[in-house]
Amino acid sequence: MTHGFVLAMAVREARSGRKQIGLYSGAIALGVAALVAIISFRADVAAAIHQQARGLLGADMELRSSRPFPEPVQAVLDSLEGSGTAVSYITSFTSMVLAPRTGRTRLVDVRAVAGEYPYYGTIETHPAGRWGVLRAAGRLVLADPSGLVYLDAGVGDTLRIGDADFVVAAALERIPGEVGIQAAIGPRVYIPAAHLQETNLLRFGSRARYAAYLNLGDGAAASAFIEEYEDLLEEARVRAATAADREESLAEYSDALGRFLGLVGLMALLLGGVATASAVNVYVKRKLNTVAVLRCLGASQRTVFAVYLLQAVLIGLAGSAIGIAIGLLVERSLPGLLADFLPLEVGTSIRPGPVLAGLGLGLWVALAFGVLPLLTIRGVAPLRALRRGFDAPARRIDVWRVATYAVLGLTVLGLCLSQAPVPAAGLAFAIAITVTMCALWVTAWALMRATHRFFPRRAPYVVRQGVANLFRPHNQTVSVTLTVGFGVFLLGSLDVVQRNILDQLAFDMRTDRPNLVVFDVQPDQVAGVERLLRIHADTSLAPVPMVPSRIAAINERSVDSLLRDTTGQRPSRWALRREYRNTYRDTVVNSETVVAGEWWHRPTPTVQPDVVRISIEESLAEELRVDLGDHITWDVQGVTVESEIASVRTVDWARFEPNFFVVFEPGALEQAPQTFVMLTHVGDLEANMTLQRELVVNHPNVSVVDLRLVQETIDTVVQSVTLAVRVMALFSIVCGIAVLIAAVATSRYERLRENVLLKTLGAETRQVVRILGVEYLALGSLAAVSGIVLAGIAGWAATRFLFDLRFSLPLLPLAVLGVGACALTTIIGFWGGRDLANRPPLAMLREIAE
Amino acid sequence: MIVAENLEQTYMSGGRPLTVLRDISLAVEPQGFVAIVGPSGSGKTTLLGLLAGLDRPTRGSVRLDGQELGGLSEDERARIRAEKVGFVFQTFQLIPTLTALENVLVPVELHPAAGHGAAADRRARELLGRVGLAERVHHYPAQLSGGEQQRVALARAFANQPKILFADEPTGNLDAETGGAVIDLLIALNQEAATTLVLVTHDQQLARNAHRIVRLSGGRIVPNSETARS
Repeated sequence: MTHGFVLAMAVREARSGRKQIGLYSGAIALGVAALVAIISFRADVAAAIHQQARGLLGADMELRSSRPFPEPVQAVLDSLEGSGTAVSYITSFTSMVLAPRTGRTRLVDVRAVAGEYPYYGTIETHPAGRWGVLRAAGRLVLADPSGLVYLDAGVGDTLRIGDADFVVAAALERIPGEVGIQAAIGPRVYIPAAHLQETNLLRFGSRARYAAYLNLGDGAAASAFIEEYEDLLEEARVRAATAADREESLAEYSDALGRFLGLVGLMALLLGGVATASAVNVYVKRKLNTVAVLRCLGASQRTVFAVYLLQAVLIGLAGSAIGIAIGLLVERSLPGLLADFLPLEVGTSIRPGPVLAGLGLGLWVALAFGVLPLLTIRGVAPLRALRRGFDAPARRIDVWRVATYAVLGLTVLGLCLSQAPVPAAGLAFAIAITVTMCALWVTAWALMRATHRFFPRRAPYVVRQGVANLFRPHNQTVSVTLTVGFGVFLLGSLDVVQRNILDQLAFDMRTDRPNLVVFDVQPDQVAGVERLLRIHADTSLAPVPMVPSRIAAINERSVDSLLRDTTGQRPSRWALRREYRNTYRDTVVNSETVVAGEWWHRPTPTVQPDVVRISIEESLAEELRVDLGDHITWDVQGVTVESEIASVRTVDWARFEPNFFVVFEPGALEQAPQTFVMLTHVGDLEANMTLQRELVVNHPNVSVVDLRLVQETIDTVVQSVTLAVRVMALFSIVCGIAVLIAAVATSRYERLRENVLLKTLGAETRQVVRILGVEYLALGSLAAVSGIVLAGIAGWAATRFLFDLRFSLPLLPLAVLGVGACALTTIIGFWGGRDLANRPPLAMLREIAE
Repeated sequence: MIVAENLEQTYMSGGRPLTVLRDISLAVEPQGFVAIVGPSGSGKTTLLGLLAGLDRPTRGSVRLDGQELGGLSEDERARIRAEKVGFVFQTFQLIPTLTALENVLVPVELHPAAGHGAAADRRARELLGRVGLAERVHHYPAQLSGGEQQRVALARAFANQPKILFADEPTGNLDAETGGAVIDLLIALNQEAATTLVLVTHDQQLARNAHRIVRLSGGRIVPNSETARS
């Protein structure tokens, strides 16, 4: 092989194919950019988490409990404090807050702080440096800006929390270790623990969380602490986390976020690959004659192949370089886009790893996708220079082609697995791609057979000619269907999944549905709340009781003994130890279906029996490994209640109604300590605000969830998520258009020759353009319909099995996508044939003769 | 220089074998000039392809400059073409992406023994000057007329100083005047370089320039048709 010739020829040849090369390197660049941005960003986040690990927890060690720390644990903490270890406490709970000046109310996350927390990192406030005021004795409060905006309150205003008033000292800018979006869900309000009692909010039924933060000096001491007190903490149901634990869990969370985006980025890269294959295919077709001449002049197969392979490599490198540059720019914007989801400040920097990965990925796309069409070059007979169209007989099994397909398949699988959040998702992604490619190929093949068989013989000439182009020699049906269909499939399935997730999060906001939930209503407050509801609300549902309980035993085996049992399959730890909020009623509600056993339709017994019947939710029954007839012993605020499973229900949790894991038959829990939830609908915004204010003023411990506000919050969260996904998807869309142009360009060259001949033979431009129109319209609609059907199937599978959600087909958006792809194919087809309209046939005859 | 014996060429066409050449035996002397003539479809171009080693015969053998082509691989035959063979095509077959100069340089670059670097460049320019295109060296084929393109092709054919030149209807795409000028140039260059020339044409007038004429019809050499010119 003559290396000098290969290099010189590759460079000279590359001069001419600027269009294809631009498309080719552009498609590679976009795919590389998407992945480089994600890979760099993942590295940035990992580095930031590692650097700020201790600051994220604010301490060396955190202890958490859903009850006040039991005596033995408190004794350990006290003794530590006695021996000089600094300990801070944060008690948090949800509550309504009222801004008396504006009269507005908001459900917030109240956190009462005692001690010097945080020991590491800083909590940023505006005005700056006000965190310390919580340590002073004043009745001051620090609040999330979103909460203050909603309350229409600012620094210096008073906020009423329960029975106590606090003055806003500052707004919270950033709390290390917490994601900013939390502020939208439940704005955080920090108060000094010294004034917690004055709120009178920590009454029965309010769900408070207790945390202690320890400054042990270093991570080793934290590990030693856990080792020493592991059993005690376990016994007391206190969860302990060290800074290292927090680092690990945050790294996992951030990695999952990054990998999800990575999968979207991978789509762009794969689309780029498909565009590359199409562009190289066009390029190679135009070069077959040159190849034959070179072979005639004595160039060996290897030499000629090397000329074009080197072009592929050089263009791949150029595409990678551009892609890396774009990717690094996008990387800089990602921390801003995802700020609400990141628990810490993430700086960006250029790292060798992602840059090398980008270079490797670009070369991989150029080679893996480019080599397939390039392999054709090896089979070009030199005789073709003498006889146009002469093709050497095809080899039956081309080992190189088989090997290239194998390498392509394996590397795509490897990439899917490396980018996916879990291997199963990566595998599913790879399988979906393979199945789609096969299905599209079969569809294209079937279309060719069908049009041949049912050819519209009586249709006008332009229609016949256009349709015939679908199955005649050198037709582009397979390549256009594959590329356009695949692009539509990727974009369509992403859209279907995204819309289904959003649909689950959307509440039913019809006027007859409740839009306000009042909870934590004490039994003695029910009448008062009902009276307020009657005045301000349109409709209200009956109060639903909630009885906090824990499982004490199952079939007479205590929870502790079940937990200690390591043989066989034991019930899940989470299900055994959690606190349940059970209810009692005599009817099955709309969101439930009894799937096993029988509901208690008989009249409620007047005397409380020894064993009460319960109905259990299906998935919980699986978690607890219990079935009909099994016995569960409940600890209801210290009182033991024996129950028997009488029925199993499925519950539609997505329905906004008070849904319960466990429902007791009436008669057993009426006397137990309980709170009530009340659902109501208030249509008028003014009445709604008045009702909330009246509720907070008259019953400070009662909390109100405004579904409109929740919906707004969810929309905000979802918008932030989808923005990040859409930025990544944008790469896919642009790559998809590149694929389309490449696919149409493939057929353009084939069609140009015969259309010039038609024009030479006397066809009017209008006729030729119509023929083109019929062909591309047919190709575009077929590819779009195939892509959409496959996207629907993939979207259904992902929604049902990956995300475990109900599925509905978003017909309209898919139709828009389909019509768009079809229109774009036709437009690009016309655009490809625009030369026909304004250039004389002779000039073009000369051009295509070359 | 070329010895062909009992050549037969059969292609599959529409699933049935189609014999386009049979019983062709032919010898061309060094520095000889043979014209192969015959009507369209008589097998002229197929024969040229076999003699030049562009294809393998179904039966028979071809020796080119003492080398049997039959046992050689495609790449080995390519090497022989690069070293010993030049081509002139009916459709010129210049590489559209290369300038006139670069087109002429291709055979030299493929066969560096024929010269390289500045020497090769100088020779290519000389050849282009010889065909009257000294001023057009940096033009692309699309910027040249048909006659000019064929003259570039002539320069390219002689660039690697071949022993044998194959010309396939070199004037077929040109008008009579331009074609005449090109053929004069071809013959002159051939004489200067002392090259063996095999010319395929259906133009009897053109064939008369050859030392010997071989007539083909229906894939066979017409018996007693060979005419030799003294």
